[in-house]
Amino acid sequence: MKFGIVVFPGSNCEHDVYHVVKHLLGHDAAFLWHKDAGFTGVDCVVLPGGFAHGDYLRCGAMARFSPIMGAVRQFAERGGFVLGICNGFQILSEAGMLPGTLVRNAGLQYLCRDVHLRVERQDTAFTSRIKLGTVLRVPIGHGEGCYYAPDPLLKELEQKRQVVFRYCDVRGEVTADANPNGSLHGVAGVVNERGNVLGMMPHPDRCAEEVLGNAQGRRLFESIVHAWQQARRNRL
Amino acid sequence: MAKEPEVTRELAREEGMTSEEYDRACALLGRTPSFTELAIIAVMWSEHCSYKSSRVHLKSLPTEGPRLIQGPGENAGVVDVGDGIVAVFKMESHNHPSFVEPYQGAATGVGGILRDIFTMGARPIASLNSLRFGSLTAPRMTYLVGGVVAGIAGYGNCIGVPTVGGDLYFHPSYDNNILVNVFSLGIARPDKIHKGLARGPGNPVIYVGSRTGRDGIHGASLLASAEFDAQSESKRPTVQVGDPFTEKLLLEACLEAMKEHGIVVGIQDMGAAGLTCSTLEMAARGGSGMEIDLDQVPLREEGMTPYEIMLSESQERMLLVATPESEARVKSLFEKWDLEAAVIGRVTDTGRVRITWKGRVVADLPAAAVADEAPLYERPETRPSWQEEVQRLRLETVPDLADGNAALTRLLASPNLCSRESIYQAYDHMVRTNTVVRPGSDAAVIRLKGSTQALALTSDCNPRYCYLDPAEGARLAVAEAARNLACAGAVPIGTTDCLNFGSPERPEIMWQFARSIEGIGEACRALEAPIVGGNVSFYNETEGKAIHPTPMIAMVGLLDDARRALVQWFRREGDVVLLLGEPAGSLAASEYLAVLHGLEAGRPAPVDLRRERALHDAVRSARDSGFLASAHDCSEGGLAVALAECCISGPDGALGASLRLAPGEAGRRLDALLFGEAPTRVIVSTSPENRARLEALLLSADAPFHVLGKVGGNRLTIAVGDTAAVDLDVGDLRSAWRLALPAMLAK
Repeated sequence: MKFGIVVFPGSNCEHDVYHVVKHLLGHDAAFLWHKDAGFTGVDCVVLPGGFAHGDYLRCGAMARFSPIMGAVRQFAERGGFVLGICNGFQILSEAGMLPGTLVRNAGLQYLCRDVHLRVERQDTAFTSRIKLGTVLRVPIGHGEGCYYAPDPLLKELEQKRQVVFRYCDVRGEVTADANPNGSLHGVAGVVNERGNVLGMMPHPDRCAEEVLGNAQGRRLFESIVHAWQQARRNRL
Repeated sequence: MAKEPEVTRELAREEGMTSEEYDRACALLGRTPSFTELAIIAVMWSEHCSYKSSRVHLKSLPTEGPRLIQGPGENAGVVDVGDGIVAVFKMESHNHPSFVEPYQGAATGVGGILRDIFTMGARPIASLNSLRFGSLTAPRMTYLVGGVVAGIAGYGNCIGVPTVGGDLYFHPSYDNNILVNVFSLGIARPDKIHKGLARGPGNPVIYVGSRTGRDGIHGASLLASAEFDAQSESKRPTVQVGDPFTEKLLLEACLEAMKEHGIVVGIQDMGAAGLTCSTLEMAARGGSGMEIDLDQVPLREEGMTPYEIMLSESQERMLLVATPESEARVKSLFEKWDLEAAVIGRVTDTGRVRITWKGRVVADLPAAAVADEAPLYERPETRPSWQEEVQRLRLETVPDLADGNAALTRLLASPNLCSRESIYQAYDHMVRTNTVVRPGSDAAVIRLKGSTQALALTSDCNPRYCYLDPAEGARLAVAEAARNLACAGAVPIGTTDCLNFGSPERPEIMWQFARSIEGIGEACRALEAPIVGGNVSFYNETEGKAIHPTPMIAMVGLLDDARRALVQWFRREGDVVLLLGEPAGSLAASEYLAVLHGLEAGRPAPVDLRRERALHDAVRSARDSGFLASAHDCSEGGLAVALAECCISGPDGALGASLRLAPGEAGRRLDALLFGEAPTRVIVSTSPENRARLEALLLSADAPFHVLGKVGGNRLTIAVGDTAAVDLDVGDLRSAWRLALPAMLAK
């Protein structure tokens, strides 16, 4: 399997994702430069964390105009897996590829620490190897990660089960105290209707090996690999 | 353009030069310098750029070691860590700008130190910051804390370099002069290290990065090299404005250029004194000259004079010397990253930097003479008349401890001992996925990808110790830094210092400075932690009142196995708690006396460097044998505070312990036993199964130890003999410790 990792000017986590998929999972990985209008041979596109274009405007507002984004959109429309982590999520939401938007944290501060996430769905490519209801411990690092969507849209998302990860406490309870940024409905990650594009504010790439004290994030990447292998088997 | 002012002795003084320095400049040139030349010489000979008052002392520091590849004199020091990796690191100050404009001052401090690292060809992978603020009730202080932290976070987070630790200390001596010291470390392959030198006549001199504007003019000469006064607010325009996004592009573009073989001959960042410093230093280091055409420098605004162009401290700019055939390649590389690259001159073999503007020569200076032959001062030193008085501690006037619980709770919620979590959560400390031990333990640990090894990083300095006894304070700072590394399981490989003092023109300050250097040198030699580079920041005083001497020590250590890094907090119920070292501490210079009795007096307990070194070796060998579950340096606040920290500082909540201290010799005070401070003490925990083997190892290493008790339950109890001196719920203690700083800053 081959991962394509998009590099915008200001991306910071492209090497982190590369390290996980290439060195820890042993799959192919390539960087996709934001000025390129296309790419081939990629099975999953990852938009990594960082501050694309410095985030001087609204987060992700400039990056969505990069030439590569047209190709990412087409790739998603063909059913390809697209994962946006942190700034990648912000970009996907600005690009209209995911519903809702990310605004300033409720506490107005950038926050870097561990949070707990409850897995709300197992039937997505990104969670295929994680049991429903599992509580994962994953780091966050963002100042603008408060998920916002108008009420009707939130209802629709819940109805269509598009919320994949929710902030929770260590026992899996979704509480206000466990919500680090004021995200509505405790949303930490959402998927598109088709289920092949996921955006999440927490960083599974930062907790994918034991030496860092936590390897739980690795399961998300393993899920993608598993889903891709399944899909290929079904096609054969 | 208005006519340039006539160069006179008077004008030289306005540029920050003394009469003797002006004469020296005239003699050096054999004529009166031009206006632009005067400005260049003045800034090159400023304290900030020339180290004219400190060089004679700095020479005595140990700058050699088996792993040292590059010592002081370059943009940063280089140390070999094996496995084909070198570590490049340095610490610098950005004190005055941060006091004038905290957000931008701190942000550009981070930007500057990062450029020092990547200009060497290394990718920055971790930063620390050492901050000293005044009392939280002083005017503007909470604003300054908020601004500095936000500035560091804003810059560091955006550029994607994790801020993994540091230290924070409050004291009224910083009320009008805060300290912002920033450290960064990068890694590189040994053959990719680049230096700031110009070589090869005809080679293009290329300017890359942001355009030059009128910001930051005189940052080095007037802001950093003079004390503060009531007019300091008016110096705000001399503070630069940072743009971390542009620096991120510059970082990626420069590293890409340096990775390709044979493109970059030399490279240097334009930091203090901008184009002036980079051209003269590069030429001087390379033993060459340069022809620079100022009409080719990319400018942000029209009508800038040569004086302004040469002195601008606009951020995010670099100067590089390339080979002639790679000129086009350099341009296209920087274009890829949407950055400007302009050829502004050529290397020559004349030994002179010749600067032209609109077709005429505005400066023609001998590079080596201006860069390396700045005046050298052996300034007079006098022991301050008050030194002896402050060293006298009259303990008989201080009543002994009445309530151990109240005292411990109060100390743990005091500004210098409470949790720093609310600060380090504002810093991305995990990006690049190397952080094995996060902020909040004695030392941060970052693993090295492509190796099993890891680096431990720490910074330390207790200004109260340094004020009361500068030489001992400096020794203690180095000892504590090395002890912090040992507690992580690491062995020191190099030290960088940032020496913050008052005005060198005052003999009392020079005395403090000289004693500090002696202390640092002695301790670094004994602990085999050579100085790889650093920074001196003088003139940290306002209206004649200097800060406490603050020789900040940042030390880097090496761990052979990243997976076996130690943390400071207790890990398991049932583990046995031991004190390595002796329980006796001293109330002199202690945090306890300062917080509970408002007393700052006495001489800090001295360090025996041989015993200190033996303790570190013992901790490391116990870790190597797998006997340790945790190790924590026992420093400010003494034994009781250190033990409480072991209970409450873990990321997963508090863990209690029941402990017993021997009452000590008759008549010994309870407060001294619980809160007295002394070096050469470490608290460790070990499993019951390993206890006997650990004790045997310590006995054979001749390392004194005392078994204090066991980890477990939800209370911290410390009995002294048969009396319960401390008995507290650790959950409550943890809350008091964690919530104190946010509450104090919200006021």
